[in-house]
Amino acid sequence: MVTGLTPNRGPNVTMLAALADVSCSLSATVEGRRQLTGGAPRVQRRIMAAIGAIFVALVALFAMAQPASADGEQVSGRLENRVDGKKTPISGVTITVTGEGFDGSTTSGTDGKWAIPLPARGSYEVSIDVSTLPEGVALTDAEKVTVKTVVGPPTINRTIIFPLGVSTSKTTTIWEQAAQLTVSGLEFGLLIALGALGLSLIYGTTGLTNFAHGEIISFGGLAAWTLNAGMGIPFVASAILAVILSGLFGWLNNAALWKPLRKRGTGLIAMMIVSIGLAIFLRNFYLFFYGGDKRAYAEFAGMAGLEFGPVSVTPTDIVAMLVAIIALGLVVVGVQKTRMGKATRAVSDNPGLASSAGINVERVITVVWVVGAALAGLSGVLLGFSQQVSFQMGFQLLLLVFAAVTLGGLGTIWGAIVGSLVVGLFLQLTTLIIPTELKSVGALLVLIVILLVRPYGLLGRRERVG
Amino acid sequence: MDWGYIISVMIVSAFGVEAIVFGLAAIGINMQFGYTGLLNFGQAAFMAVGGYAIAVTVVHLGLNFWLGIVIGLLGAVVLALILGIPTLRLRADYLAIVTIAAAEIVRLLVRSVTFKSYFGGSDGLQSFSGGFFALNPLADDLALRIGPVVLSNRQIFVLIVGWALVFLSCLLVWLMVRSPWGRVLKGIREDEDAVRSLGKNVYLYKMQALVLGGMFGAIAGFIYAVGNEAVSPDFFGNDTTFFAYAILILGGAARVFGPVLGTVIFWAVIQGTDVFLRSAIQQGVPVLSLMTGTQAAVVRFMLVGLGIMLLMIFRPQGILGDRKELALDAR
Repeated sequence: MVTGLTPNRGPNVTMLAALADVSCSLSATVEGRRQLTGGAPRVQRRIMAAIGAIFVALVALFAMAQPASADGEQVSGRLENRVDGKKTPISGVTITVTGEGFDGSTTSGTDGKWAIPLPARGSYEVSIDVSTLPEGVALTDAEKVTVKTVVGPPTINRTIIFPLGVSTSKTTTIWEQAAQLTVSGLEFGLLIALGALGLSLIYGTTGLTNFAHGEIISFGGLAAWTLNAGMGIPFVASAILAVILSGLFGWLNNAALWKPLRKRGTGLIAMMIVSIGLAIFLRNFYLFFYGGDKRAYAEFAGMAGLEFGPVSVTPTDIVAMLVAIIALGLVVVGVQKTRMGKATRAVSDNPGLASSAGINVERVITVVWVVGAALAGLSGVLLGFSQQVSFQMGFQLLLLVFAAVTLGGLGTIWGAIVGSLVVGLFLQLTTLIIPTELKSVGALLVLIVILLVRPYGLLGRRERVG
Repeated sequence: MDWGYIISVMIVSAFGVEAIVFGLAAIGINMQFGYTGLLNFGQAAFMAVGGYAIAVTVVHLGLNFWLGIVIGLLGAVVLALILGIPTLRLRADYLAIVTIAAAEIVRLLVRSVTFKSYFGGSDGLQSFSGGFFALNPLADDLALRIGPVVLSNRQIFVLIVGWALVFLSCLLVWLMVRSPWGRVLKGIREDEDAVRSLGKNVYLYKMQALVLGGMFGAIAGFIYAVGNEAVSPDFFGNDTTFFAYAILILGGAARVFGPVLGTVIFWAVIQGTDVFLRSAIQQGVPVLSLMTGTQAAVVRFMLVGLGIMLLMIFRPQGILGDRKELALDAR
């Protein structure tokens, strides 16, 4: 698993391999000398060239996505009561839309249709007033009372679907809701864990708090979407390719940027700020080529749920959870059992000592970057099922990933996984009590409270941190 | 290409409301990060506290806006205490993660539907700046013309008050950091343990720096609120904090005028790029006109990201900074 993801053994995507070679030769010969002052033109030139190489690689990768534009922005839809496959239009229901400084509302016509013209593109929230629904009709998914949408290139007429059907709210008890939320919380937690494990491994071996980790998650999702919906490759193949590409992207990140910076002796706080710059750059880079839209994979649109007692899960949910568990399991076993895993733990513990014991620290760090980025990419690919793919999918997840890692204990492997599951479950289960829109608030508050009581995290070693 | 228009937009944005708001926010971060070495990634939360304090006090409580300013400053103190107490004893990155989380909490709370009746949800709050503009002594028909850009008497008033606050804040920072108290802060930045061994209460000094920097953030929030005559929750996202960091690093951390120079250049470049690209698209300049308007608007943010990286790697002391005094990239 670990060596299978290193770039020289991965499949030969000619364009990328060529680019990778360029930046490899650019950074491979950087001297190990520690530079005390800014006067190191050779290293600086190499870093400049390396950043250029990242840029070129990104342009080459994402050049295929192009937004378009036109006028006549609106949101619209048709309200229908679905009972046993029969549809009847529902009239007189109030729909409101807010966003971009605009407020508008309308009621559905006798054919159930409604439309609200919008003044400008942007992100809007469309809500259905449940109290105006006729007797016996309710939202089959209570969370869909407000739907967020982005109106803008290429789709300026957004169709909003409110899932309506026979009112079932009376029959679900709080325990049944809790069961459903536990399953979705576990799934979300596993996806966070994929991101958190990579972040934690990188932090453990290099000390870098990587704010650009969310952009690697987005990279995975966007790459899978581009290969699948953009180039028509079957989903499974494009998902595997996207994970491999993410690993390569991580390798490129390390080889072109972080390795030269480490060689210069750049401080950890400076590197943290560099990662913030990289995150802002990459996020807007994705926005430039993909626009603000959320995109779904070509297959798997609108899949029916399977019922397990009170819990309804779609097949993609089950697959996502299984894949996440297998990937996490492989990495955990790899870190515990293999030679490379032992070396990784040794480097995490004390890089200087590991180096003097004959471990090639830079090689370990390279492997950690590739594996960590591949995990993050996988997280993005799987997240694309449930949340769709967008330029900021990883950015929106990043804070929760940080919360999970800090909660579990910075730099610990089991801590990252346990912390993620706690955050995922906590996020979903608290929606029983607090409004869904505030669930992140609860999770982040818990992070602050935990830091008060156990600053070394749930599973971290009890030691002074500061 | 209408260079006259582009240059006048650059001049107006270099000294505009946004430049003042981000300059003040960066002055606060300079206090915390530049002088004390504290990584406050939640400056946007302090700005939100300031802005919403004025708005809520005037709109919902119907009280004088001066009271809103007092409430905003007190709110910033309370927020700094809440964030500082659990984290200031820990390593620097813990403060960073907790403050960034807190900023997101504040933003989610003020934009939530649940508290819409207090904070106005995603629309924010408007019409609270009457009390501020009642103090405006400028003649109603006064207008300043910079090329094709015209500033009204209200805008001029905001700019005068804003820049006065910026320079007062600089004076205050200058007086504080040249005092013995300021030398302790710099000592903490360089070597916390050394300062502790001299018998100083490091925790208390760090807390004071966090509180003071947060109060500058709240003042930035005031100017944002009255300058736009509205508060909108999505302004207070994490990117706002990061832009303020970019400004501080550009101008030079641990330098009194670093944030001021940084904000002037930052906004001139950012808005200048935007106007330049837009007019290039209109004129059909080759290559550049392949972009859509929306894409052109994104380019400047890519520049911000790239700028932060390159500055941090190649010139971490910024324009005014002194590498001998503070090497941000060391350690």
